Amino acid sequence: MSDMTERVVLGTAAGHSPEAVPGGVEQGAPPRRAPVTSTGLIGWLRANLFSSWLNTALTLALAYLIVRGLIGSVSWAFVNAVWSVPVTEAGAQTQACRALNGTGACWAVITEKHRFILFGTYPYEEHWRPALCILLFIGLYVVSAMRRFWRKELVLVWAVTLVAIGVLMWGGILGLSYVPQERWGGLVITLILATFGLAFAFPLAVLVALGRRSELPAIKVLCVLYVELIRGVPLISLLFMASVMFPLFLPDGVNVDKLLRAQVAIILFAGAYLAEVVRGGLQALSKGQYEAADALGLSYWQKTGFIILPQALRLVIPPLVNTFIGFFKDTSLVLIIGIFDLLTAGKTAIVEPAWQGFGIEVYIFCGLIYFLFCFAMSKYSQNLEAELNRHRRR
Amino acid sequence: MSDTIEAGHGVASAARKDAPPAIILDKVNKWYGTMHVLRDVSLEIAQGERVVVCGPSGSGKSTTIRCINRLETHQEGRIVVDGIELSDDLRSLDAIRREVGMVFQSFNLFPHLTILENCTLAPIWVRKMPKAEAEALAMDYLRRVKIPEQAGKYPGQLSGGQQQRVAIARALCMKPKIMLFDEPTSALDPEMIKEVLDTMVGLAETGMTMICVTHEMGFARQVADRVVFMDRGEVVEQGPPDSLFENPRTERLKTFLSQILRGH
Repeated sequence: MSDMTERVVLGTAAGHSPEAVPGGVEQGAPPRRAPVTSTGLIGWLRANLFSSWLNTALTLALAYLIVRGLIGSVSWAFVNAVWSVPVTEAGAQTQACRALNGTGACWAVITEKHRFILFGTYPYEEHWRPALCILLFIGLYVVSAMRRFWRKELVLVWAVTLVAIGVLMWGGILGLSYVPQERWGGLVITLILATFGLAFAFPLAVLVALGRRSELPAIKVLCVLYVELIRGVPLISLLFMASVMFPLFLPDGVNVDKLLRAQVAIILFAGAYLAEVVRGGLQALSKGQYEAADALGLSYWQKTGFIILPQALRLVIPPLVNTFIGFFKDTSLVLIIGIFDLLTAGKTAIVEPAWQGFGIEVYIFCGLIYFLFCFAMSKYSQNLEAELNRHRRR
Repeated sequence: MSDTIEAGHGVASAARKDAPPAIILDKVNKWYGTMHVLRDVSLEIAQGERVVVCGPSGSGKSTTIRCINRLETHQEGRIVVDGIELSDDLRSLDAIRREVGMVFQSFNLFPHLTILENCTLAPIWVRKMPKAEAEALAMDYLRRVKIPEQAGKYPGQLSGGQQQRVAIARALCMKPKIMLFDEPTSALDPEMIKEVLDTMVGLAETGMTMICVTHEMGFARQVADRVVFMDRGEVVEQGPPDSLFENPRTERLKTFLSQILRGH
């Protein structure tokens, strides 16, 4: 690094950079172009990769490792891979995969098990129902992401879609057979936990963040207690409490669905974290914004809704989405209380003796699904940030 | 401060001494912790009267006018605005804030709303005015402050002087009976001070009740019916601008005047 700086400084002295002295422009001298060797591709390569013999050696060594690694993964994932194996009455014949001895991927496990990973133990002939739910969820995300649909009707769309998903999953009406919640599983569980979780946690978080800055001591103390208590324990312990301890407090015969209990635990947990993110945004606003709104006679809720929250939430889009992404992945912790989410389904898929030892392929598959959702969130948030902060441009 | 406006051709007084006073401050006291920032401040401002409040920094002049629309609360004494006494009752507070417009030193426009939206927000939601009517009103005031062509822009795209003129238009859109100015030109570059002061002179000509915290002595001479000099939380001296500036009676005012004049 120090080599590089030295080089740049020397370069300037030797006259490689434009020599336009300050003041030259004011005197009307037309600006000259920087020499090609300092700006173009060659200039960039020379400055960053080959500036000294040490940098050149490092560049070449790293390039060698990268190319080796690429060749290795391509031949493992594609060239030597086995895409399907014969299935007889005795089960899947995985000898072809075993014969690879780790030199190629056994994608046959995905070919065989993808429906189990995606839908868990949901009745096989009814798989179209969770599949349709997944599509409904994705449709809901896409519609909600488009700013031109941001109006009151969107709440209605959410309500209708979520009810439709409930009907599809449970069945029992409209000629759909009843499927108990214990048999749900796979990706749809992950999406249910994440979507309901964030849809309820976010409004909760905004209220708690506002409450923490309230002038009413009772509300303030309550919000501080909630945030500090929930934030102070791991999500796993909350899930345990929800699944093991909570039923003990219920009267006999009353039973709250296990998924619902886990869902509530996730909402409470995410709410506490998001509340602190939102509070950060509230604190970043200048006091003048509050005073201007007060001086105009706006009520507390008008001030909060029109002036404070729109600005505060825009400021915290990056940490907000960071927390969203974190919670999307944290839903996989429900496996410890025996709920069958995407990752648990993947894990269970390779319990079968024939498929044991092909964990890498299954985890890559699950990881890819998680990645697609998280990456989409991340990309979308970047666009949203640029779009919503247009007013800050000059 | 610079005497941007020539003294001499003043604006005729619109003060109506016969009508009930617009604002009464009666022995108002305020503390920040143990610091006594307002000491027995008593002022009576007639409808249509234009008062300039001046004094060294930390003298309590901003605090005084911020107490009038209760951005600050006072601990002792009585403040009556437009016949309504300030109290903890939220309804009386709302009523007062509807009638009192305020312009801040740092403009405090809402940066995420366009100029037009800045002006129409309060009329629509506080005055319950139909949107079209509020927009027409806002355009009318934007024309009066001479920036109707900026209506669709965001505050960040405007110069400081333009932003402050928008802030004045925004306050006027609520059709207030009283306008408070809290050092409206202190955050501006010198070349923008005049355009804001001109706007305020124009407003004074309409007969609006105005209280203005400022160091612009030229402005004070031109429009003020009365100048109030404050120091260390007290009203030290008050009177018509000419006699106050020419014949200061107290040592404190003499010192203050010599300080602000020496700067130029």
